[in-house]
Amino acid sequence: MTTHEHVLELAGARMSFGERTLWSDLDFTVAPGEFVTVLGPNGSGKTSLLRAVLGQVAPTAGRIAVLGHPPRRGSRAVGYVPQQRIVDPATPVRARDLVRLGVDGDRWGPGRHGRRERVDELLAAVGASEYADVPVGMLSGGEQQRVRIAQALASHPAILLCDEPLLSLDLRRQHEVTALIDETRRVTGAAVLFVTHEVNPVLQYTDRVLYLGPAGHAAGAPEEVLTSERLTELYGAPIDVVRVQGRVLIVGDDGHVHHAEAEE
Amino acid sequence: MNDWWTRLADFSGYADLLPLVGNSLLAGALLALVGGLVGVFVMQRDLAFAVHGVSELSFAGASAALLFSLDVVAGAVLGSLVAALLVGLLGSRARDRNSIIGVLMPFGLGLGVLALALYPGRAANKFGLLTGQIVAVDDARVSVMAVITVVVVGGLLVVWRPLTFASVDPEVAAARGVPTRALSLVFMALLGLAVAMAVQVVGALLVLSLLITPAAAATRVTASPVWVPVLSVLFAEVAALGGILLALGASVPISPYVTTISFLIWVVCRVVGGRRRAHGWVRRATA
Repeated sequence: MTTHEHVLELAGARMSFGERTLWSDLDFTVAPGEFVTVLGPNGSGKTSLLRAVLGQVAPTAGRIAVLGHPPRRGSRAVGYVPQQRIVDPATPVRARDLVRLGVDGDRWGPGRHGRRERVDELLAAVGASEYADVPVGMLSGGEQQRVRIAQALASHPAILLCDEPLLSLDLRRQHEVTALIDETRRVTGAAVLFVTHEVNPVLQYTDRVLYLGPAGHAAGAPEEVLTSERLTELYGAPIDVVRVQGRVLIVGDDGHVHHAEAEE
Repeated sequence: MNDWWTRLADFSGYADLLPLVGNSLLAGALLALVGGLVGVFVMQRDLAFAVHGVSELSFAGASAALLFSLDVVAGAVLGSLVAALLVGLLGSRARDRNSIIGVLMPFGLGLGVLALALYPGRAANKFGLLTGQIVAVDDARVSVMAVITVVVVGGLLVVWRPLTFASVDPEVAAARGVPTRALSLVFMALLGLAVAMAVQVVGALLVLSLLITPAAAATRVTASPVWVPVLSVLFAEVAALGGILLALGASVPISPYVTTISFLIWVVCRVVGGRRRAHGWVRRATA
């Protein structure tokens, strides 16, 4: 789908709101098909990063490029998977309608026929055909997120932005949804920028971690970045990274455990 | 008792009366078309309270026009457009919106009551704006309503898909570059026009019966993006035209007939839809 060397490129990028700088001197590139997990405490600028890639905010300084061009609002090269939210069961929107909106919901006019096959194809790709005609509000959280992924794939994106897609899902669904996103990037070749609080469900699929901390950022393989030394640097405060039973726990000096699956 | 009944339904001489209500039927049909379509988005955007608020301001505009011997339709349109755009501009979040409407509504109603109290004309005209006055539809008014219908329906067709996207899935719509804020204002303007039209027919207090109830009924029985608007318009037409035809044999306003038919359709849909929902909507191979 793309001949570009990088689907996403940040060069000396900085994001500030007034006096407050979220991140600065961010040099980072994402290759096609790469799975990048974005971690960091609340307020570290993860969401602002996504908004910058979506073209909703411009970086305060530096350069951001999607497929070699500055981000543009509504670019079909960028797919967006939001966090699951409660939908009223009476909302007259079926799974297939949500996907259809991803296909041509941004176009003017009353719509044309002949998109049904494309929608069916997208639903089949994420294993959601069975509940294609069920109102979204009647689907479980995991089913909704499958439909969301189909919706995001509708524009053949070169990069998928996943904004806390696992939030409020149970452990099994978290693994299912993450596995589906991983499979998707393998099949479509789309890169994944995965923002999450819960590192463990995504760890096995993650090629690289981008960690945005209060005192700086770090990027690299998970085992390089997720160490007590590196995170202590990024937080400017003592942080312990503990590995137990194949899971990573990040423990701050206030005793708060970040990224633990039992965070709630 | 017998007297009540003849007031509610007296069909003697019905055939003679029918030609007299041609304009009313046309006005009702136009309003039902607009109300049925606008209602779909009113439901999606959770704007029921806004419709009610806007209709009170529309009433104020119409009453003021009556008092100053200006065009009542123009007054209604002006009042509801101002209210709709205020709500659209100040209330992008639901909480803000509801408090703004709560503030505007009694203010509008108060202004309207003042204007009517000062108005020296017949009392029937006065209450018509609150509770409906279909008999008074002349050719000029039907023409104005036809123009409003063309504007609202045409406008909705142009913005249909992005407005649907922005209404049911605002976060992703914004990510896909849909101008959600601008669409919100466009829709509020179209809603204002529809409300001004409805005030002419069913009165400010009963606008919801044609702008919400039919769409609410439709969404109970189907979730299809094609069938929801089709059924919504159909239900609105049955309520509006049925109400006018029934009221013809009565000496009470049309609005109780319209609101009752509209309500009964909703009850039936609610029962049918409730059964379908209880059975999981569609058959699934695995539960």
